[in-house]
Amino acid sequence: MVAAPPARVRSHGPIAFGRDTVLITHRHLLRMWRTPQIMVLSAIMPIMFVLLFRYVFGGSIRVPGYTSYVDFLIPGILVQTVIFGASSTAVGLADDVSKGVTDRFRSLPIHRGAILAARTLADVMRLTYTVALLIGVGLLVGFRMHTDVLSVLAGLGIAVFFGYACSWLFALLALAVRDTETAQLAAFLVTFPFVFAASTFTSTAMMPPWLRTFADAQPVTKVADALRALMEGTGSASGPALSALIWSAGILIVASSLATWRFRRI
Amino acid sequence: MSDPPIITAEALVKSFGSTVALAGVDLEVERGTVLGLLGRNGAGKTTLVRILSTLLAPDVGHARIAGADVVRDAQTVRSRIGLAGQFAAVDETLTGRENLELVGRLYGLGRREARARAGEVLDRLTLATAADRLVLTYSGGMRRRLDLGASLIGRPLVLIMDEPTTGLDPGTRIELWKFIDELVREGTTLLLTTQYLEEADRLADRIAVIERGRMIATGSPSELKQRVGGDVLEVRSANFGDLDRLVTLLSGLGSGPPVADVRGQRVTLPVSDRVSTLFAAARRIEESSIEIDDLSLRRPSLDDVFLALTSPGRPAESGTPTSPRNGHSAYERVVA
Ligand SMILES: Nc1ncnc2c1ncn2[C@@H]1O[C@H](COP(=O)(O)OP(=O)(O)OP(=O)(O)O)[C@@H](O)[C@H]1O
Ligand SMILES: [Mg+2]
Repeated sequence: MVAAPPARVRSHGPIAFGRDTVLITHRHLLRMWRTPQIMVLSAIMPIMFVLLFRYVFGGSIRVPGYTSYVDFLIPGILVQTVIFGASSTAVGLADDVSKGVTDRFRSLPIHRGAILAARTLADVMRLTYTVALLIGVGLLVGFRMHTDVLSVLAGLGIAVFFGYACSWLFALLALAVRDTETAQLAAFLVTFPFVFAASTFTSTAMMPPWLRTFADAQPVTKVADALRALMEGTGSASGPALSALIWSAGILIVASSLATWRFRRI
Repeated sequence: MSDPPIITAEALVKSFGSTVALAGVDLEVERGTVLGLLGRNGAGKTTLVRILSTLLAPDVGHARIAGADVVRDAQTVRSRIGLAGQFAAVDETLTGRENLELVGRLYGLGRREARARAGEVLDRLTLATAADRLVLTYSGGMRRRLDLGASLIGRPLVLIMDEPTTGLDPGTRIELWKFIDELVREGTTLLLTTQYLEEADRLADRIAVIERGRMIATGSPSELKQRVGGDVLEVRSANFGDLDRLVTLLSGLGSGPPVADVRGQRVTLPVSDRVSTLFAAARRIEESSIEIDDLSLRRPSLDDVFLALTSPGRPAESGTPTSPRNGHSAYERVVA
């Protein structure tokens, strides 16, 4: 009488999680692939910052311990790039939530965790592409690394991991505001003080004491310093690298738990 | 029928902050039937749909679909239902076929199975020729059909559709109605919400009228029409501003109070004594010099039922409404 029994229920466990995550990630990547203008535009932003700071401000910025400012600059812009890249999670997720795409997924017998996992995975893949592009542009404008391949890869790995953690933070933000435009604006406002009140573009040593206290303590500086240590060999790398990893892991654990919790009562 | 109802909801309450979206809703839908959930903007239709389709947990009360609790056994419910939400949730940068295949795979179908099933559904919804175009290029009606298609991929026992024909042109709406008939013939149970009485009348075996989070009436279309009683006198006003004057003018003439329908720019009056009421009304209108476009007597439509049941300030008819406290009474009476 009634149509054949519905597809089997297999929505628990790591296999279901992996399968559903891959399927939905593939959807997000297809979308990105089909809107190349977004890929191009998201690559232009970090390049503009490189050119701006390399050629416009760079001449008047001196950083103790660096003979070439561009060697200081590129690791900083790398951190900025992964944060701005991660903020696309806020826009993408808010868009899916407000357009009902998330509801469609949530009404299907899939692993609950797959929806956010796929969103952040697709965004971290996009962010990795921007990172690669940035390194290429950096090399063209005179950026040089002064350590070994392993250290450089470790540095890039930390940058991407930090970006991934931030992506969950932005997922949480999207779930809180829901509206796409609000999410975009909020992501920018939240990001701004952390990116600029940090060692991103210049040493924190020149900042007034109150600002320097904040800048030195916050994760963007920690990650930027770790990248510089790993890529430029300025001082011992293990301390800053550990600190950057702890910050990233902490953000990841807290943000992903809160986002998952928030997602359940969306 | 001896089968237990396939959808049951008991005393569902849901609030958003200080807004009470559902204030104690009971519902039963028999297997293989169509329930039309009728209510105007903000009545609570989507909230009820979201609870039944596991997207939202109720504050109080519970609901089951095919025996599975929508909160505790949500995954089982999800594997048995198809949901077509109020706004088409299709992906614009994917083709129609890719949209359906993704949903199929997420239901647990293999790659080839999902492909075959997507093809079948696209054929049925006459989207085959557009299947490989990006949804970006689809019209509103095509998107709606694709969205409906997505809800059919998993061969659901229960299909839940939130305002499926809103925004469709009359031709497409009739197409969709025919398609819904087909699904029902195949044994699918359907719950659909609508703001159109015509649609509920045409499609539903039973209608539940929801207003401000409460079920105010349940019954078959003809049962609901009977509730309004005899015939209806309808006066269509030429000027928008005259509705209130017409209501005052006509009160006391019929078997019940006149009701203004602002959207239709008309006043309806239940009557028992057809001809003399018509004459009396005509006389009063002529003397008042209110301009009217039309004056007619007709059988009651569902519109009249709806207006009579939901007109503000009108005391509920004894026995008919369902309130959270008297629980299932209205429903049981109609079912019994
Ligand atoms: N997420 C939410 N947050 C706050 N209020 C909400 C939310 N969802 C619904 N409401 C409120 O609950 C009430 C019922 O809304 P619901 O969407 O269920 O109505 P509806 O019958 O589907 O209306 P429509 O015909 O306009 O779709 C409305 O007053 C609405 O403003
Ligand atoms: Mg609605």
